[in-house]
Amino acid sequence: MSTPLIEVRDLVKHFPIRKGIVIQHQVGAVQAVDGVSFDINEGETLGLVGESGCGKSTTARLITRLLEPTSGEIIYNGVDIANANRRSLLPLRREMQMIFQDPYSSLNPRKTVGSIIGEPFEIHGIERDKEKRRRLVQELMEQVGLNPEHYNRLPHEFSGGQRQRIGVARAIALKPKLIVADEPVSALDVSIQAQILNLLRDLQRELGLTIVFIAHDLSVVRHMCDRIAVMYLGKIVELADADQLYDHPRHPYSGALLSAVPVPDPRLAREKQRQVLTGDVPSPTNPPNACRFHTRCPKFVAGHCDVEEPLLEAKQGGNVAACHYPLTDEEIASRVPTAAA
Amino acid sequence: MSLLEVDDLRVHFHTDDGIVKAVDGVSYRVERGQALGIVGESGSGKSVSSLTVMGLTRFFKSARISGSIRFDGKELLTASDEEMRRIRGNEIAMIFQDPLSSLHPFYRIGKQLVEAIQSHRDVSRAQALDRAVEMLGLVGIPEPRKRVDAYPHEFSGGMRQRVMIAMALANDPKLLIADEPTTALDVTVQAQILDLIQRLQSELDTAIVMITHDLGVVAEVTDEIAVMYAGEIVEHASKDTIFASPEHPYTWGLLRSIPRLDLPRGEELVPISGRPPSLINTPGGCYFHPRCPYVREAHRVTHPGLDPVPDDAEHTVRCLLASDTRRRLWRELQEGKDPEQARTAVGIDAEEVAP
Repeated sequence: MSTPLIEVRDLVKHFPIRKGIVIQHQVGAVQAVDGVSFDINEGETLGLVGESGCGKSTTARLITRLLEPTSGEIIYNGVDIANANRRSLLPLRREMQMIFQDPYSSLNPRKTVGSIIGEPFEIHGIERDKEKRRRLVQELMEQVGLNPEHYNRLPHEFSGGQRQRIGVARAIALKPKLIVADEPVSALDVSIQAQILNLLRDLQRELGLTIVFIAHDLSVVRHMCDRIAVMYLGKIVELADADQLYDHPRHPYSGALLSAVPVPDPRLAREKQRQVLTGDVPSPTNPPNACRFHTRCPKFVAGHCDVEEPLLEAKQGGNVAACHYPLTDEEIASRVPTAAA
Repeated sequence: MSLLEVDDLRVHFHTDDGIVKAVDGVSYRVERGQALGIVGESGSGKSVSSLTVMGLTRFFKSARISGSIRFDGKELLTASDEEMRRIRGNEIAMIFQDPLSSLHPFYRIGKQLVEAIQSHRDVSRAQALDRAVEMLGLVGIPEPRKRVDAYPHEFSGGMRQRVMIAMALANDPKLLIADEPTTALDVTVQAQILDLIQRLQSELDTAIVMITHDLGVVAEVTDEIAVMYAGEIVEHASKDTIFASPEHPYTWGLLRSIPRLDLPRGEELVPISGRPPSLINTPGGCYFHPRCPYVREAHRVTHPGLDPVPDDAEHTVRCLLASDTRRRLWRELQEGKDPEQARTAVGIDAEEVAP
């Protein structure tokens, strides 16, 4: 459980902004991910949460090497894959798979379900025998709760939830070690979400998968994840076990996120003092100095937070947070609905 | 007299595939200054019913609309297009889910607000612009005098939604219909917008119909909740009743299938099996019966009415199970039993339940 499958060190991804048509020159960069470090332990579910533009999806695409990092290390099985080329990545691709948010655009509408789920075998040259491959695919369909007789149907004949099952079947086809699920349920109806979440959990238990789970819905993340990294403007601001984070978030941003979640309990909704952050997330092309959250932080101290960048370090209760003035227990109790009583 | 009285509203679309019964006999009332939440999944008819209140479905050639919608005593279904135009955006306003596609990208924010004001008020451009600036300030846009000249693309998602709210409230509507107003927004921005809607409701005494799939959102904002399924209201009660003692199996399913921050972390999710029915071929009997864990033979044949529960006339449920049985089932479910265990504990005959 505690051996890291992947170690990410100081990972950076800047997307250049260019101007000019013939002679292009770089005028700036979107600092999507700016120096994040964390481990992904074998068999765990690591959650990445944050608002849109915080770099969680970019981080996921860097880990799976769908994007080339600007700098930093991604150590998988003792080897740095941050700069590996296409050819040397091919065997790794079998071990890391992704599940995407939109079950409509992530499946080729002109291919049958059978060939969509069978494509990983095709790419990696596994089981060329047609009949055997068909049986493999049908077993996968059965495993994710699809009717194997629907092998020859096209994606449009399936509902959103069923399409997401097709995406899951494709992801587990090659028996990967790591699955990166980027908002896998946010496009689904509420009554269908639970079906997919339960499916992912069951498959994790059966296949011993390690999962990186990205979502903006903090209730879903709490339900699914063992450890959680909270991101803000390209940085990790807090990293903690799920219970620690939801019982006593230490970073004011984590606290504000948890405070903002509407709770389906009218009594609690009346009692809770919601802490509402003002303003919007600043632009990642020109992030604030030092602590990037200082422009919206309720505990901002001028002359400190905007001058000296806080480092990720252990705080009271075991959370690791990057903050000079972490939340106290009293502050947490009044603002956070999940706070340990 | 209530501000809005919807009675037996039906909106059927005639398509090549058959008749889509998007809304099929919906009735509800909204009092002045009160907030009603309409909860349901996609295809439950929650948006179509509100678009019809706004008079926006009447232009579809395929739509057959019947029933009655009385707003402030006026019948809206038989009102002329000209009368509807005077009411729409003036006495009834609406905000939509996607604030980017609801604003015109080509015109400045101020011009769009001025247009909304001048189409209902006989005021000069300068006066309308003053009103626009005042509204932008009210919804919390910093430096409204300056930002009124900005284009929609210069605003973030949350700011655009504020502009939409400013536009909706510019003419002091009596009723505001909000269709998934925060679904496209991040949680911290969602909290800002929900706070804003609540504040405006209490300050301006506007009635609100809030349409959403998010039970958390309705718990925060509304007074009453109607749960819709397959074009019908299946349960309607005060907010506290819906969360404390719901009586419809679909409502239970919704409450048990979402992970909740207010419950212990290990709690198993109990999904609702299957998926929502086609609105062309709705199942016979109770529309929910193919997905209901407590279905009995008679439920496949008889269509239940929306009836009050024995001791609470304000709480109506569309379910054929006896109220007493429903309450025992909900108690079992609350103790953490899954539907099958609850069924056994309450003693619903397993033979009869066979799918």
